[in-house]
Amino acid sequence: MRNRRGFFALPYVVWMALFVVAPIILVVVYAFSAAEGGFVIQFGSLTLHLTLDNFAKMGDYLIVFTRSFELAIIATLLCLLIGYPLAYVLARETAGVQRVAMMLIMLPMWMNFLLRTYSWMSILEDTGLLNQLFSAVGIIDLGNWINSGLNSLCAALNSGPVALLNDLLGTQWALDTARATDMEFFHMINTSGAVVLGMVYNYLPFMVLPIYSVIVKLDDSLIEAARDLGAGTSRVFRKVIFPLSLPGVLSGITMVFVPSVSTFAISKLLGGSNELLLGDLIEMQFTGMAYNPYLGSAIALVMMVIVVVCMAIMNRFGEGEEQAVML
Amino acid sequence: MSKELIRLVDCCMAFDGEQVLDHINLYFNDSEFLTLLGPSGCGKTTTLRIIGGFITPTSGEVLFDGVRMNDIPPHLRQVNTVFQRYALFPHLNVFENVAFGLRIPKEAEVNGKKKKVKLPEREIRERVMEMLEVVSLKGFENRKVTELSGGQQQRVAIARALVNRPKVLLLDEPLGALDLRLRKDMQNELKRIQQQMGITFIYVTHDQEEALAMSDTIVVMDQGRIQQIGSPIDIYNEPKNAFVADFIGESNILDGIMHEDYVVEFFNRKFKCLDKGFAPMEPVDVVIRPEDIDIVAPEQGQLRGTVTSVTFKGVHYDTIVDFKGYKWLIQTTDFHGVGENIGIVLNPDDIHIMHKSEYSGMFGDYSSYSEEYDEMDDVTLLDEEDEEESHEE
Amino acid sequence: MRTKTSPLNRLFMALVFFFLYAPIFVLIVFSFNDSKSRTVWQGFTLDWYSELLQDSSIMSALSTTLLVSLLATLIATVAGLFAAIGFYNMKRRLRAPLMTVNNIPMTNADIVTGVSLCLLFVAFFGLWGSVAEWFNGVQSVITLPENLHMGFGTLLIAHITFDIPYVILSIMPKLRQMDRNLVDAAQDLGCTWMQAFWKVVLPEIKPGIVSGMLIAFTMSVDDFVISYFTAGSATSTLAMVVYGMTKRRISPKINAVSTLLFVTVLLLLIIVNVREARQEKAIKKTAEVRR
Repeated sequence: MRNRRGFFALPYVVWMALFVVAPIILVVVYAFSAAEGGFVIQFGSLTLHLTLDNFAKMGDYLIVFTRSFELAIIATLLCLLIGYPLAYVLARETAGVQRVAMMLIMLPMWMNFLLRTYSWMSILEDTGLLNQLFSAVGIIDLGNWINSGLNSLCAALNSGPVALLNDLLGTQWALDTARATDMEFFHMINTSGAVVLGMVYNYLPFMVLPIYSVIVKLDDSLIEAARDLGAGTSRVFRKVIFPLSLPGVLSGITMVFVPSVSTFAISKLLGGSNELLLGDLIEMQFTGMAYNPYLGSAIALVMMVIVVVCMAIMNRFGEGEEQAVML
Repeated sequence: MSKELIRLVDCCMAFDGEQVLDHINLYFNDSEFLTLLGPSGCGKTTTLRIIGGFITPTSGEVLFDGVRMNDIPPHLRQVNTVFQRYALFPHLNVFENVAFGLRIPKEAEVNGKKKKVKLPEREIRERVMEMLEVVSLKGFENRKVTELSGGQQQRVAIARALVNRPKVLLLDEPLGALDLRLRKDMQNELKRIQQQMGITFIYVTHDQEEALAMSDTIVVMDQGRIQQIGSPIDIYNEPKNAFVADFIGESNILDGIMHEDYVVEFFNRKFKCLDKGFAPMEPVDVVIRPEDIDIVAPEQGQLRGTVTSVTFKGVHYDTIVDFKGYKWLIQTTDFHGVGENIGIVLNPDDIHIMHKSEYSGMFGDYSSYSEEYDEMDDVTLLDEEDEEESHEE
Repeated sequence: MRTKTSPLNRLFMALVFFFLYAPIFVLIVFSFNDSKSRTVWQGFTLDWYSELLQDSSIMSALSTTLLVSLLATLIATVAGLFAAIGFYNMKRRLRAPLMTVNNIPMTNADIVTGVSLCLLFVAFFGLWGSVAEWFNGVQSVITLPENLHMGFGTLLIAHITFDIPYVILSIMPKLRQMDRNLVDAAQDLGCTWMQAFWKVVLPEIKPGIVSGMLIAFTMSVDDFVISYFTAGSATSTLAMVVYGMTKRRISPKINAVSTLLFVTVLLLLIIVNVREARQEKAIKKTAEVRR
């Protein structure tokens, strides 16, 4: 009786072919073509200009690639460092606390992430809330005071031991004495640090949820058995809990890394114009002044391939749980 | 005798090219308790599902009262099923589970026109309560089915099927998930219900004791084929081949040669038996049930052997005796210690002769005694279900 | 996995939640600020809320967001339900590759999904343009529009496309957990397959459908990147309005509208949770009484 109902999926299979598979094929085709020139192929009225130029240009953007991957890796690690302990602690709470905590983790997602990121702008700005707080509490004065102290210490060293050394060795060493002592704020916005903060903030729930859902399902008797066999708390964690929670960790890493490496709005809001990332680069090719969907597709394709390769390598370690342990 | 209800004619079933049923011919009579008995993957559940209408045989015919039913879907058949692990609807309470079938509007002829007719609520209530009483579940009607014990769920499943007044009730390993005590109680209960309702039960199990205790007719199946059909007594006393002999109860099975009618030779010795109609000097399988063997002093015995192991089983001792390198199982109430020399006497009616079959030489040797003896109890329901499911995948 | 939690653990949890909620808190507070400043508190006002109602661009973006999310969620739920049942009834060899394709929109970067759909729509409109031109040339009974643009339709298609996988992902496990014999049992008791589906399967997988719907709706409301590439220039979601504003300065009206949305969702969640907790308690109580 069962197999006859398979056709229920038919409309969706057609839908997938149209709106999932076809667009990706288009990206690949675009990545290997240009507006003109190249190797010309004619399909009726459709003309394709096949070329590898787009990939040749990729070298110009190497710095964007490395920056994007660097920031995304840092953000992913930070998410793991915060998210794993949180998931672990949550899983040991009572059912009521767990329920409320899960709700609290999901809830921010109902406020559009751009708004939440925008809110960070007002917190991190030079005249923003954090700096207002710092100056009110005197942390900025403290910073200035420490800097001036350091300056005078360095000046003293420069005139004392360092000068002596320079005389002795014939060198020109000098310690920096020009630390700012008139700071009115800490500069936080428009730095890569702010971008990473934005990523961690936005994608932390994607790390916590899969890890939590794995740990909470761990069989108590497994842990008891490990205890019974003489394993201490840390050993139980290293040898039993962590390995068993690995599928959750892997899916969490994927779910944080992929959006981090491809984001464009976060970098624009918190990184200003200095911190161009892959997402921004792609976006510019499609909507910006430098309209060039061919190059944009090529960048997107390269990014996709790198991500897929990374994930494939990583999943090798985790026996590749196919179904992401979502929510 | 009684009326024939269902007949399977040359039914074959293959899943993905794998033959699961091989030319099954079988009929079911009115008001009989028939058991399909066999190990995992023997095709018994598949046979049941063909009768229920959940699958259609690849070839062959399913006849109900002589009418071909192959393509009639389950909801139009006058047959109901009690499923493995009950398949109760978890979102409904006991009453609604039992009332489920009654609430489906049925096509009926009203004033010469076909119409969908709903049973009146009062009748539904009456029939459900009546049926709950039959299965001793009165007072449970508002319980959630998930709160019930296994035995109670079982009763709900039976009531849910019987309330539709089917001509035939199909039961697919219904007692498999219950513990031993409960299983025995439910066996009696099922037999009682069957006699009270006077309808046909087709019962699928891998448990030979259950089959022997409850059935009017047993159909022993293996590898998609029917091995033997008969009453429990026939099947036990006159197994047709080594598989049946071994599957139903315990058997010592030996190679023998039929010299002439009523004379068989094994262990280089001629014995009198009650079987005839074999070709002269035909090689045969000889079955000797462990409880039929009489132990005597060595010098009085027809055969002499040494006891190699003794296990206390409550009522009797399982005694393994080595006869010239061939080990027999003997069940006896007398204790004989390990190493003791004994003799045995076989009366003509203790010896049962079977034609050689593909199963010859596969069963009935107690050299590796312990594993074999326990095998039957270890066959889990899960195995079978997974196997059948994987066919469908 | 339940043991006693130390106060240190609680402190850690509190810190993380503070981190998660500080920006939201700031956003809400400044929706009541009597100034355009997003950093300096100038006193309490509700002006932004009343101005909000007059701002047609925000209000239309809000209605677009809600409309596209609701429509996409509904369509994706129905389509996902059908697809999940289809997949469930398929042979594994057929199902496995289809599930992989199904997972693509979830695992792929949003920007790639958005960009690829954008390419598809542009390519399709180009093709459509030449077909329509030819069609209008050879006959004059029906005039087909020759210039199509991305807009609400393409936005909706994009949302449906990335919502369906989430629906399928939350329905499939419920189907798998379901006792396979339930459908057989219902048919055995006289149901047609359709009746069995309504009376037995649907109640069984309802939790999966509901959670799939919730996830789909959340994803739709939260999405910016895919909408950005598929909505065209005339249609805007709330997120796109916000993004457009970040280049200049975001009006506190945006704070006000997001506060309203947030509070609505919060209230809904609280109501749902309280009701669930109550039901659970009631079930426990009846169970105890019976014992």
